[in-house]
Amino acid sequence: MIPELGHFALALAVAMAFAQGVIGIFAPGLRDARTMRAAPALAISQFLAIGASFLALIWSGVVSDFTVKNVADFSSSRVPLLYRISGTWGNHDGSMLLWCFILSLCGGTVAAFGGGLPASLRARVLGVLGLISGGFLLFTLTVSDPFVRLWPPPLQGAGVNPILQDPGLAFHPPVLYTGYVGFSVAFAFAIAALIEGRVDAAWGRWVRPWALLSWCFLTAGISLGSWWSYYTLGWGGYWFWDPVENAALLPWITGTALLHCATVVEKREALKAWTVLLAIATFSLSLSGTFLVRSGILNSVHSFAAAPNQGLFILGLLVITIGGSLLLFAVRAPALAANGIYAPLSRESALVLNNVFLCAIAAVVFTGTMYPPFVDLLFGIQLSVGAPFFNQTVLPLAAPIILAMAVGPLLPWKRAALGPALAQLWLAFGVALLVFLVVAANRHIIAALGLMGGTWVVLSALTDIAQRVRLFRVSPRSSGARFMLLPRAALGATLGHIGFGVTVLGIAGMTLATQQVIVLKPGQSTQLGGYTWTLDGVHSAPGPNYTQRVADITLSEHGHNFLTLHPSRRFFAAQGVVTNDAAIHTNGFQDLYAVFADEPKSGGAELRLSRHPLAPEIWFGGLIMAFGGAVSLSDRRLRVGAPARKKPAGAVA
Amino acid sequence: MSPLRRRLLFGIPLAVAVVGGGGFYTILRRMQDDDYDPHALPSPLLGKRPPAFNLPGVDGIQGFSNTDLLAPPKPMLVNWFASWCLPCLQEAPMLLQLAQMGLDIWGIAYEDPPAQLAAFLQTNGNPYKRLAADASGLTAINWGVYGVPETYLIDRNGIVRWRYPGALTGDVVNNKLTPLFQKYS
Repeated sequence: MIPELGHFALALAVAMAFAQGVIGIFAPGLRDARTMRAAPALAISQFLAIGASFLALIWSGVVSDFTVKNVADFSSSRVPLLYRISGTWGNHDGSMLLWCFILSLCGGTVAAFGGGLPASLRARVLGVLGLISGGFLLFTLTVSDPFVRLWPPPLQGAGVNPILQDPGLAFHPPVLYTGYVGFSVAFAFAIAALIEGRVDAAWGRWVRPWALLSWCFLTAGISLGSWWSYYTLGWGGYWFWDPVENAALLPWITGTALLHCATVVEKREALKAWTVLLAIATFSLSLSGTFLVRSGILNSVHSFAAAPNQGLFILGLLVITIGGSLLLFAVRAPALAANGIYAPLSRESALVLNNVFLCAIAAVVFTGTMYPPFVDLLFGIQLSVGAPFFNQTVLPLAAPIILAMAVGPLLPWKRAALGPALAQLWLAFGVALLVFLVVAANRHIIAALGLMGGTWVVLSALTDIAQRVRLFRVSPRSSGARFMLLPRAALGATLGHIGFGVTVLGIAGMTLATQQVIVLKPGQSTQLGGYTWTLDGVHSAPGPNYTQRVADITLSEHGHNFLTLHPSRRFFAAQGVVTNDAAIHTNGFQDLYAVFADEPKSGGAELRLSRHPLAPEIWFGGLIMAFGGAVSLSDRRLRVGAPARKKPAGAVA
Repeated sequence: MSPLRRRLLFGIPLAVAVVGGGGFYTILRRMQDDDYDPHALPSPLLGKRPPAFNLPGVDGIQGFSNTDLLAPPKPMLVNWFASWCLPCLQEAPMLLQLAQMGLDIWGIAYEDPPAQLAAFLQTNGNPYKRLAADASGLTAINWGVYGVPETYLIDRNGIVRWRYPGALTGDVVNNKLTPLFQKYS
C-alpha cells in the first residue's frame, strides 16, 4: 500500500513539475500576477509530493517490504537500520529519486524564501527548475522506477553491498547530490537572466548564496568520499582520478570559479556573460558527470548498471538542458555589456586570473576524462588516462593559483598597487621559504614545493586577518573587537583560503608516506617509519551481519609500547564478499595505517603497513573550506536580503 | 571586438556541447548494437602463444604446459576457474554442455586447494580434458588473467584468438564463440 502511494505521489509530482515549468516560464510574459503566483505554490507542492514518495521508498526499505523490487534487490532485513535506509539510495533507481527530491527541495526553498525577488524573476527561476525536475522525474517514473513490485516476494533480500555498509558512505550521496543539484538554482538564475536580458549587481547578490551553499555541500561531499576511499578501500590512497571522482571535481572547480566571479558582478558589474556561462557550465558538468557515469560510457570503479535505453533517455534530457541553455547563451549573452571599468592590477584582475587558471585545470581534467572514450570512438584505440597524466598537468596549473591566491585578497577593488600587498607578506614568504629549504635538504623536492605552497597560502591568509584587526598595533582587546566586527563574507573567504592551504599541506605530506607490505607470523615484527610493528596474533570476532578475522598489531618506539591496531578482514556471507577494514590511528598530524590484506595458508598475516604524514590535513582542509563557506553565508548582507533593484539598466529587447 | 566575432565567440560553448553530445550519442548507439564495450579489457595474449609454464595436474587428471598448447588438433578453450568463485559455479553447466558437444576444454584452477577443487568437480561435473593447478597464481599473472572465470580460445597454431572475462553464457557462446570457432577450425 505504502509503495503504491509513493508511486502515485511520484506521478503527481511529474504533472506538477511540468505545470510549474510552463507557468513559471510563460506567465511573466502574460504579466498576470495571479498566474505567476502559481509557480511558487506548485514548487512547494511538488516538493511535498516527492518528499512523500521518497519517504515511502525509505519506509519500504526500513520495514523490508520485499514486494518492492528495489528493496528485494539491494536491501535485506539482516542489515542494520542505517543501511536499510541508506540502501534505498545506494542503487541507480533509488538514487534518481534522491536526486529529484533534492532538486525539488531547492525549488521549494526558492519558492518559500524568495519573497524578496522580483515576482517575474522568481517565476522564471522556478519555471526553469520545474522543467529540469519534470524531465528527470519522467525519466525516473518511466525507465528507472524504484517502486516496481515483485510477486511473489522473496523471503529475504539480496542485501546491501558490503562496501556501502559504512557510515561515511551512507551520507556521502545525499551530501554530494545536494552540492551537485544546488547548482541548478544558480543555473536557473542564469537562464532567467538570459530570458530577461538583465544581469546586474542585485542578480549577482542573489546567485552567490546559492552557489556558495552548493559549493559547501560539494566540498564536504567530495571530502567525505575521499576520506571513505582512504579508510575502506584499504590501499591508503585518497584520490584516484577515477572518472566518477573527476565528475565531482569538475563542477567543484568551475563552481569555485563561479563563486569568485559572482563577487565581481556584485561589486563591479563586470564579467557578466562569463559569470552566466560559468553558472551554466557548472550545472551542466554536474548533470553530465552524474549521468554519463550511469550510462556506462565512462569506465569506473563506481558501477551503476544502467541499460543503454536509459542512457539515450538521459542523453536526450542533457541535450535539451545543456544544449538549450547554451543556445540561449549564444543568442542573448552577446548583448550583456560590462558597466564597471578597472585597472589591470586590481582585485577584479586577480579574480580573472583565478578564473583563467581554474578553468584551465577544469579543461585539462575534462579532456583527460573524456579522451579515452573519444579516442576509442574515432581511432579504435583503447587506452586509459591515469593518475600520472593528471598529476603532471594539474599540479603545474595549480602552482600559479597557490601563488596568486595569497596576494589577491590583499588587493583593493578598481585599482591596486602590488608593492604594499607584497610588503605585508614578507613574513609568510620567509616562513614558506624556510619550510622549502628544510624539506628540500632531505631531497624531497615535490613535497618541499607543496609544503611551501600550503604554508604560503595559510600564513598569508592569517596575515590578512591580522592586518584587518590591527593585531599587535592596538590592544588585544581592541583587536578582538575588530575581529568580531569583520564582515562574515571576508572571514569566510579567508577561512576558505586557509582550508585550501591546509589541504595542499596534506597532499604534499602524503608524498612523504612510507609503506610496507609484509607477511608476519605471530610474534614477528618489522620496522617502519621509526616504529616497531609487532603482530601479536590473529583471532576471530563476530559482527552484526558478517564474521571477521582481526589482526592485533602492537606499535612500539624505543621499546615502549604505545599503541595497538586492530585491522580486520570481514566476510559477508550473504554476498560472498570480503572487505578489509583498515585500522587507522591519527594524532592529527600523521596517520598510522594498517590493513589486514590476507591470511596466507602458511599462517600469520599479510599486512600492509604505512605511515602517512599530514594525511588528516587533506580532509580537515576540506572541512575548513566548507565551514568558511558557511561563515560567509551567514553574512549580514545575505541574511538581510538583497536590496531592491535599481531602475532598469542595460535591458535587452 | 566586432559584433559578429563576439557572436561567434559566444557560440563556442554550444559548438563544444554539440560535438560532445554527438560523440556520446554514437557511443551509446554502438553500445546498444553491441559493437562497442567501454569496459572491454584488451588481453596482451591476443594473437600470441601463451607464455611458458608447466603446471601439475589435480584430482588424478593430467596437467599441462605451454608446449602442450602449441598445435592442438582443433581449436580449443582454456578455462581459468576456481571453486571459490561464484560466477564459475554459474558457468559450470555451460562448460559441461560445450564439452558434451565435443569441444576440447582444458582447465586451470586458480589458487585453489586440491580438496575443495575435487569437491567442486564432484558436485558440478568435470568438463575438463586436462586440468592444471596454478596454486601460486604466477601463471595467471603471466597470462594477464583479470579474474576468474576467464576463457581463452586457442587456434590450431596454438595462438590465442579470443579472450572472454566472466562467465560464459548462452548469448556469448552463440554470438561470439560459435562464429570464431567456425572461423578457426
